[in-house]
Amino acid sequence: MIGIVDYGAGNLTSVVRAFQYLGASPLVSDQPRDLEEAERLVFPGVGHALAAMENLHRLGWSDFLRRFAETGRPLLGICLGSQILLERSEEGPTECLGLVRGVVRAFPSDLGLKIPQIGWNTVDFLPHPVFDGLDPRWSYYFVHGYYTEVTVPSQRLGSTQYGITFTSALGRDNIVAVQFHPEKSGKAGLRLLKQFLDWRP
Amino acid sequence: MYQKRIVVCLDVKDGRTTKGVRFLENKDIGDPVAMAEAYYHEGADEIVFYDITASAENRQLILPIVEETARRIFIPFCVGGGIGSLEEMRRVILAGAEKVSLNSQAVRNPQLITQGARAFGSQCVVLGMDAQRDPAMPSGYRVYINGGRLPTDWDAVAWAAEAVRLGAGEVVVNSIDADGTQAGYELALTRQISQCVSVPVVASGGGGTPDHLYTVLTEGLADAALIASMVHFGHYSLRGIKEELLERGLEIRRTWD
Repeated sequence: MIGIVDYGAGNLTSVVRAFQYLGASPLVSDQPRDLEEAERLVFPGVGHALAAMENLHRLGWSDFLRRFAETGRPLLGICLGSQILLERSEEGPTECLGLVRGVVRAFPSDLGLKIPQIGWNTVDFLPHPVFDGLDPRWSYYFVHGYYTEVTVPSQRLGSTQYGITFTSALGRDNIVAVQFHPEKSGKAGLRLLKQFLDWRP
Repeated sequence: MYQKRIVVCLDVKDGRTTKGVRFLENKDIGDPVAMAEAYYHEGADEIVFYDITASAENRQLILPIVEETARRIFIPFCVGGGIGSLEEMRRVILAGAEKVSLNSQAVRNPQLITQGARAFGSQCVVLGMDAQRDPAMPSGYRVYINGGRLPTDWDAVAWAAEAVRLGAGEVVVNSIDADGTQAGYELALTRQISQCVSVPVVASGGGGTPDHLYTVLTEGLADAALIASMVHFGHYSLRGIKEELLERGLEIRRTWD
């Protein structure tokens, strides 16, 4: 069973639909105990990091996610879910889960670009089973005003340019996370999700 | 690199796709779900369903369309037309739409923009605006509501700025003068609005050739261009349009190898 964490951070319909399209039967729950047996876990989310962390603590997800990560089962962070895996975020600011070393920063306001970034952009991926075969000319759908910065260089798995070059994919061991929305990124995104379903870290 | 978007607009009336010229003479051109799916496969970067159904009863027909579309396409799509409450916004978002476009109802009740942005995030709330040339207005354009029939006191640029201040995450600027003519976008309108707001601006109305898109995405400073007739009637393919824009040096999303 694939579990999807519902902690009140945005609409999960499109994540669910994408996995259903790929033949999976995801279970969405706002109760950690429902997802204890999940073989793999999706941690999505849009919204504000501080509000999200408050919800995660209140609903018991913080401890659950830390324990789940320890078990070695695959974990996919999406958008805000990817940011919250790091140690802290400037959005609040707030302490985050600390499952991956690094911080979340606001885009500088002097880039001459519209912030948040909303739209399609490309990603330069490093070799990883979940990103296997993704053509560097393909694009992914982004919606974010903050970006991730990992401490350990080998945990940066992809980068994207938007005024600056930022980390758009990251991970370690059984954790992988992307800043963009694979569930809204057309066939390229569906391929990534399929490869996450097949991933055996 | 960040890319300019091509958005395909499907006007929906009583559950069917329709297309009019200057908001009149609508004709039935197909099933909205099947058309959205076809455009997704052809490389649309986003789809907009614009519901122009007159009766409140038939407006419920949009929900099953949104639900079925969310099972078949995996790009953002937006629903607009007649949405006037937080509850109506919630229904289309839970049915699977990424964004909701507020038009006349936002003019009548601007707080709806703020309520929507608080409940779902600004990225979900699109201001849709119909504007017509009017030399009496500071920008040269006046905002109209009720499908372009009723003039308001709003200047187009001032209203866009106010809507963004209230929480709109994107502005779709539709030119009533250019709508359905396929004679080119209203460049002075999109340029002025893009210069004054901090969120993406989508140009709408008048797209007829790839050159029109190129011009509005460069000189017109638009972040995205909305098209309808030029693909609905088979004059152009999405891939053909995108290839031409790529050749001319624009950053555009490729969906082919």
